[in-house]
Amino acid sequence: MRRSMLYIPGNNPSMIQNAPVLGADSIILDLEDSVSVDEKDSARFLVRNALLELDFNGCEKVVRINSLNTELGYEDIDVIARVKPDALLVPKATKDAIEEIDELISTIEREEGFKLGSIKLIPLIETAFGVEDVFNIVKSSKRVAAVLLGAEDLTADMEVKRTKEGEEIFYARSRIVSACKALKVDAIDTPFTDINDFEGLKRDCQRAKLIGMTGKAAVNPRQIDIINEVFSPSMEDIEWAKRVIAAYDEAQREGKGVFSLDGKMVDAPVLARAKNVLEKAEAIGLIKG
Amino acid sequence: MKITKPAKAGTMESNDIYIMVYPNEKGNEIQLDSIVLKQFGKQIEKVIMDTLKELEVENALVVAKDRGALDYTIRARVETAIKRAIK
Repeated sequence: MRRSMLYIPGNNPSMIQNAPVLGADSIILDLEDSVSVDEKDSARFLVRNALLELDFNGCEKVVRINSLNTELGYEDIDVIARVKPDALLVPKATKDAIEEIDELISTIEREEGFKLGSIKLIPLIETAFGVEDVFNIVKSSKRVAAVLLGAEDLTADMEVKRTKEGEEIFYARSRIVSACKALKVDAIDTPFTDINDFEGLKRDCQRAKLIGMTGKAAVNPRQIDIINEVFSPSMEDIEWAKRVIAAYDEAQREGKGVFSLDGKMVDAPVLARAKNVLEKAEAIGLIKG
Repeated sequence: MKITKPAKAGTMESNDIYIMVYPNEKGNEIQLDSIVLKQFGKQIEKVIMDTLKELEVENALVVAKDRGALDYTIRARVETAIKRAIK
């Protein structure tokens, strides 16, 4: 379950050790943009030690590595993969980069005696090329567990202004969602960067959820509660799903192939949606299995 | 590993430790200043000394200004400073 993924600067011990209690489903320990070039080595050792020694309270541990365009990315992989994070977040992901990282990690997993494929990959889609190639990027490795949209870099690449309404990223969001749904991985939305606009954050989450995004990245701990709330099934959704399943069970007992609920026919896609709602609700502890 | 030049790592921010290392002909030595010196001074010195040992360093003067760092941070900052000092 990745409703909320919180970015934490990788060279800040205070923020790293507080991160596990903030309520995010995933924590992204960042070695890239939030770390100055002079401190890359320092952040890498700090994050490695944090992964080795801290209790992350059940949060998914993700590390954003540097791009393979410089030696930094290779050094990050060699140090970080050896302490088995749950996933690596790959900036400006391309199919070639994902394939190369997959191979590098496989070698490390063999050397360290880890189960092959246990370290997942999350491509960060933040270029126009990445958007257009997202299906192939996801398909290029079985390690890919989710895709994260990075709209700040994407809009810079597209030479368009980034707005709170997000019309300029509608296509990118939709394309990413479609690829992710087709290949059964999570689609994580770009962060909302105005950390004081909670109404705007909520609207942005709702827009993303409406078209199929399954979670959202956060750049501030105060954003987590709203993100978690929007990307969790509502009590209304859960009640509806329970009624669908109950109606289905009854129809099965009566030998009916097709049945209706509240005057609407319930077919396989509706049933699948209801099951999905209940699975999500169970995963986050809203209902018991 | 032989330290050949001075180097530093870390910050003076809360929960961090600022480490400076210098070549030292008298073996490994530590000069520690900490906001929790009375309670944890010995433990911090031990973590620094153990890290030097793990890195096989035998000629470092470590000047450390601690702001309440946990062990994982102390180890990371010492390792970073040492690796910068041997480059």
